[in-house]
Amino acid sequence: MSAIPIALRVNGRGHALDVRPHHTLLEVLRDQIGLTGTKECCSEGECGACTVLLDGRAVTSCLVLAVEAEGADVVTIEGLAAGGRLDRLQQSFIDAGAVQCGFCIPGMIVAAKYLLTTNPHPTVDEIQNGLSGNLCRCGGYSRIIDAVASAARSDR
Amino acid sequence: METSWVGRSAPRDGGVDRVTGAQQYVADIHLANVLHVKLVHLNCARARIAGIDTANAARVDGVRCIMTAADLPQPVPRYGPVREDRPVLAVGETKFFGEPVAAVAAETEDAAEAAAALIGVDHEELPAVLSVDAALDPAAPLVQDPALRANDPLAQTNLLGEWRFTWGEPADARADCIVENDYSFPMVTHFAIEPHGFLAAPDPEGVTIWSPIQHPYILQRVVASALGWPVSRVRVIAPDPGGGFGGKGWPKFEPLMAFLALRTGRPVRLVLTLEETFQQVRRTSARAHVRTGFDLAGRLVFQDIHADFLVGAYADIGGRVVSKAGYAACGPYRTPHARITARAVLSHTTPSTAFRGFGTPQASWAVESQLNAAAAKLGIDPVEIRLRNVPARGEAFIPGETPADGEWDSALRHAAREIGWQEPLARRRGRGISLGVKSSATASASFALVRLHYDGSASVLSGTSDMGQGARTVLKQIAAQELGIPLERIAVVMGDTSVVPFDSSTSASRSTVFMGNAIVKACRDIKDTLQRMAAETFAVGEDAVTAANGYVRVGGRELTYDQLLKSHFGPPRGEVIGIGQERNPFVADHPLGGKPAFWELMCAAAEVEVDPDTGMVQITRLALVSDIGKALNPQQVEAQDEGAAVMGLGHTFMEQLLLDDHGRIRNLGALDYRIPTIQDVPSSLHSVLIENADGPGPYGAKGAGEGGTLAIAAAVGAAVNQAAGVEIRDLPLTPERVWRAICEREGAPATTVARRS
Repeated sequence: MSAIPIALRVNGRGHALDVRPHHTLLEVLRDQIGLTGTKECCSEGECGACTVLLDGRAVTSCLVLAVEAEGADVVTIEGLAAGGRLDRLQQSFIDAGAVQCGFCIPGMIVAAKYLLTTNPHPTVDEIQNGLSGNLCRCGGYSRIIDAVASAARSDR
Repeated sequence: METSWVGRSAPRDGGVDRVTGAQQYVADIHLANVLHVKLVHLNCARARIAGIDTANAARVDGVRCIMTAADLPQPVPRYGPVREDRPVLAVGETKFFGEPVAAVAAETEDAAEAAAALIGVDHEELPAVLSVDAALDPAAPLVQDPALRANDPLAQTNLLGEWRFTWGEPADARADCIVENDYSFPMVTHFAIEPHGFLAAPDPEGVTIWSPIQHPYILQRVVASALGWPVSRVRVIAPDPGGGFGGKGWPKFEPLMAFLALRTGRPVRLVLTLEETFQQVRRTSARAHVRTGFDLAGRLVFQDIHADFLVGAYADIGGRVVSKAGYAACGPYRTPHARITARAVLSHTTPSTAFRGFGTPQASWAVESQLNAAAAKLGIDPVEIRLRNVPARGEAFIPGETPADGEWDSALRHAAREIGWQEPLARRRGRGISLGVKSSATASASFALVRLHYDGSASVLSGTSDMGQGARTVLKQIAAQELGIPLERIAVVMGDTSVVPFDSSTSASRSTVFMGNAIVKACRDIKDTLQRMAAETFAVGEDAVTAANGYVRVGGRELTYDQLLKSHFGPPRGEVIGIGQERNPFVADHPLGGKPAFWELMCAAAEVEVDPDTGMVQITRLALVSDIGKALNPQQVEAQDEGAAVMGLGHTFMEQLLLDDHGRIRNLGALDYRIPTIQDVPSSLHSVLIENADGPGPYGAKGAGEGGTLAIAAAVGAAVNQAAGVEIRDLPLTPERVWRAICEREGAPATTVARRS
């Protein structure tokens, strides 16, 4: 199997990569670019741990082939904190006590970022809907809801 | 003025790394020159292995090593935390679906996967024992070879162990009201969001293992034993687990990885898929037959409990789960006469291991549901019947045992009040309440080192693992409190057996109590040394010196720690090392090897609404009350209680591993095995902490974090039963199960959909 050249922007930085046709965006982000903040759990698009923004839309990067991302603009969890300053969602997750083991958190925060981009002031129902594809096993989810609601409020 | 570092919700240590993606979990660690490992297993539980053909696999580009049992020292080393019964690779016969028969190490993951698929295993599937009944059939094949169970009277059976606990005279006890029922609890899996992963590399001293293990020192012992080496040659590096819940407590593939690293002379890496993880860890399923006797006032006369727990093919920690759950199976109630039999039944299934609650959720489901059934039969309120049986503080509810160490009646009253227990019930709604009590750590030991550096900052060295419970934060708060040093000047170092001193385990909600006390003692050791130093430096008696809150006072002089250290050590500098240990001794004739250090108590009260047309249950109110002594970090304790409760909702409503006739897990993976999502949480969840500073830990703390799993099922089950007018004794309460029970009650065949207004 030969490698296929693709161009990708990740967190604002251009990458020219040779990728294997069956490798996912998740694998390329983690193994070829070295951005390990995006996590792998179920590998079938159910848990949301690998959520990234692909041209502004939240996707589970385990279900996107790297070649499909050719030319795309990708934002991962590493791309949220600008100039060393945490994104308001990142801070609100810490403040609300929504972070426990933390393994689901990168995907959760990126999914929440997408939610707030598309719906800056979501109701609790809308938050639950927006994050229904992201599993957490440590917490009771209520702190995650609080964190997103609080980040949304801080935008007012 | 004295600053209090405990009792406040200090932000999570490592929180920033966790929200930015910088936190390094085991799969994020890159080792140069690493080989990727893929395991080979069969598509059935039990099979006789006739031969393994590796020729085609060996030809795959990049393959560096293919290992089967024949490539290991003979006889093949076996390992396990209690019994060394699990072979490093299957020998002659596989015992469960997912047991590896071979391992491939290659330059890339792709090559390892391709080669693994080309390994031909000539095998004959054999009948597998997959249930308690099948295992106990006298004609059943023996799961474990009796030759490996020398001196074990149960060697010719499929029982791993049987434990009997009796007090009073249960055979002669007479009761006015007897309730007798059967209950079942499903096989569930941990589903930590981080799948298991392992790295190993040869090092000049021996071998280094990276594993997100909860108990690094148990792993070190088990790997050393499998290799036949002293523990000093095995270094365990334990990155913070991405969720553990007991599933990462006990060694899994680390011994195999050690052999692979030593054979190839290179670092090796194995990250399991979620599906493979499901095949390696689970909670025991259980069924219980319970007879419970009461007098007319609802006071317990006897409890006669027979519980069979289906453990897997190897012991892992399964026997301990069953004995400990059995011991406290009567729950937090004064029981004049008790007869408890708890059996661990071997089967050709995934070895069951520790899982939050450690067997108690299974027992609680039965025993608490019995109380609810009795309350209905006797016409007594479910809160009231519990109040009549719950022990007062200081009362030994198991004879001779650690007595009740809290005000458990107030937990009941609190929880009931939180959900409006006395308010009129709306249509289709029901309420339920349950207590749950778990025996905490018994014989165990924690050692801590605290180093006070010459600039007055400090490092805490602890063998505890932070798997999300927040141990780093709380242990830092304790050191800050004891030394009078701000949090930001303290580092907590964990997860490396070459650096941190011995600790038994991060389990049984023990770390705050045991490691916390060890750190308190290490800090006091430092203060004693500072006192001696100051006395020596200033040529005064030790009683003229006090060390507290970050200062040493000598007569009228007040020095900060760094001032004292500088004047004591001079330009070469130095440090003060404090040592602390906290041990609960081993008691040979105690059924558990020692008394529980404390009881972990939780009360759950739930209000639900049941849709009779679909069997769907919605939780309208849920209250959790835990008796925790002292919340050193209230936000973290509450978050733990909430998380445990939602995990409990998983086994209550939706989670169950289903096996086919070949012993394969049918719902393998996240698509088919559902855990609670953000849409499944109750709209109203209140966590209440009872703090009476009556625990054995620092500042009166008790352990916490498992409680939520203990009491949820029975509270919710009772609420569902009341709302739907049914009595279900099998978990999970899936919509189909609830709907069928409603149809049955109404005499309608469940195959037709009845229209209801």
